Amino acid sequence: MEILFSDFFQRALLGGLLIGLTAPLIGIFLVLRRLSMIGDTLAHVTIAGVALGFLINVYPLVVGLVFAVISSFAIEKLRRAYKGYAELSIAVIMSGGVAVASFLFTLGQGYNTDVTSYLFGSIYTLGRTDLYLVGGVTVVVLAVVVFFYKELFLLTFEEDAAAVSGLPVKLLNMLITVLAALVISTAIKIVGALLVSALLTIPVACSLFLAKSFRMSIVLSVVIAEIAVIVGLIVAGIWNFAPGATIVLLLILMLLLTLVACRGYTV
Amino acid sequence: MSAIPTADCHQPMIELRDVCFSYKDQHVMKDLNFSVKERDFVGIVGSNGAGKTTLLKMLVGLMPPTGGEIRLFGESIRQFRDWERIGYVPQKNALNMLFPATVREVVTSGLFTNKSIFRRLSRDAKAKLDDALQVMRIEDIADKRIGRLSGGQQQRVFLARAMINQPDLLVLDEPTVGIDAETQDGFFELIRHMHQHHNITFLMVSHDIDRLEDYLGKEPRQQNGKIKFFVRHSHDDLDCGETNLQHSIPLVGSVE
Ligand SMILES: Nc1ncnc2c1ncn2[C@@H]1O[C@H](COP(=O)(O)OP(=O)(O)OP(=O)(O)O)[C@@H](O)[C@H]1O
Ligand SMILES: [Mg+2]
Ligand SMILES: [Zn+2]
Ligand SMILES: [Zn+2]
Repeated sequence: MEILFSDFFQRALLGGLLIGLTAPLIGIFLVLRRLSMIGDTLAHVTIAGVALGFLINVYPLVVGLVFAVISSFAIEKLRRAYKGYAELSIAVIMSGGVAVASFLFTLGQGYNTDVTSYLFGSIYTLGRTDLYLVGGVTVVVLAVVVFFYKELFLLTFEEDAAAVSGLPVKLLNMLITVLAALVISTAIKIVGALLVSALLTIPVACSLFLAKSFRMSIVLSVVIAEIAVIVGLIVAGIWNFAPGATIVLLLILMLLLTLVACRGYTV
Repeated sequence: MSAIPTADCHQPMIELRDVCFSYKDQHVMKDLNFSVKERDFVGIVGSNGAGKTTLLKMLVGLMPPTGGEIRLFGESIRQFRDWERIGYVPQKNALNMLFPATVREVVTSGLFTNKSIFRRLSRDAKAKLDDALQVMRIEDIADKRIGRLSGGQQQRVFLARAMINQPDLLVLDEPTVGIDAETQDGFFELIRHMHQHHNITFLMVSHDIDRLEDYLGKEPRQQNGKIKFFVRHSHDDLDCGETNLQHSIPLVGSVE
């Protein structure tokens, strides 16, 4: 039990709470625009950046973040070229990320264990610098979503209508993708690259069945994510489970309960 | 009733000069010259694949023409910024049924334009929303999720969204598809009323030739390729004195 009061656990909880806020906040725009897969892609690209960071001895999470942001531009470009088949652009970038990552792995054999901690998450090693990074990203994401709530709603609901209303559609698209890159690359230290997209999409998947309005679905998905993070970290801490996996399994449990409760019908 | 010719009393709202369009290798439109003046009602008719939707998409700025020039309200479309003056209802919305938005949220989104970025909605937004909901008779379903509505009800929601800004120009791509006959009558009554008494200019694609000819006359003003343009100008100046549209509610049947 005393683990719950240790410094590293408190830092993990704080980091988890911040990610529990930003992940579904960005996730809802990705899911509704049928870009759910972007989470996985950006996570894989981030790992390539992390691997490079270890290789050249620069703060790996930041290198990963830069990689993710750059590839988010590429995804946006490809997405426009293959309008309507966004998953194609995502698949291309994803395999690119994996290829670069594994190439860099073989170059620097010695640090494999460190990289593994990014693949599966290592929330207990969250340092002060990591927290500042996550905190900064949270502020940016919150500000953008609050400031551009109207515009992001219309863009997500119907991109053409947003364009006819004179909204800067390209810029807003870019904004969402870049924010996704920021959130994902900071979240991988917490739940791991392999599980990060679960935190973006599963809370949203639940709220799509439960919410009566768009506003409510945003609130609900954040609440669901935060419950999973808090309960998951405490449970994992007490019984010594893998924290990232525990959080994701809780999310899946909540989704199953939602589906059973709604029997597949939306409200 | 025959079409009344356009009076020369108004500035053109839309001008097309030698407009061409082609998708990669397929030519859809060639050298189209056409102008729409304030208080015109333009009916656009043509077979499937004639290029009607393509034309409307160019006019609302979704696709640049591959040749020629388009001017809106006297300005080149590339410089045009007053998008809230134009309401647009696209052909059959490819709606994601799981999208968790309410009717109210969707109709309100008509108010989100380039002018409202960085701003909260103005104080009269609520009144505009209520007006639009009432005109299309969707107050009762205002808090339902859009994906739970029938096709005709969804179409009303998109019409309400196009009207919420009280635009000067309404661009409608087959707006009555999926709407029952009785409601269609009411809908035509409503847009005729808006045309004649509320100074709104219309550009409407429809396969409902009978209703269009009934209002616009049997003689097309112009033909380009397979597309025919029927025009009626309303110079009646019978301003009915109402600023909002709620008084015309009886014109459109209820949702049930
Ligand atoms: N995105 C596209 N890419 C390539 N060709 C297209 C595209 N959209 C339409 N076309 C072609 O352009 C032509 C005009 O299409 P458009 O949708 O404008 O027709 P329409 O007059 O609106 O037909 P309908 O009555 O069926 O709505 C068609 O021959 C179609 O095949
Ligand atoms: Mg069409
Ligand atoms: Zn006149
Ligand atoms: Zn009137």
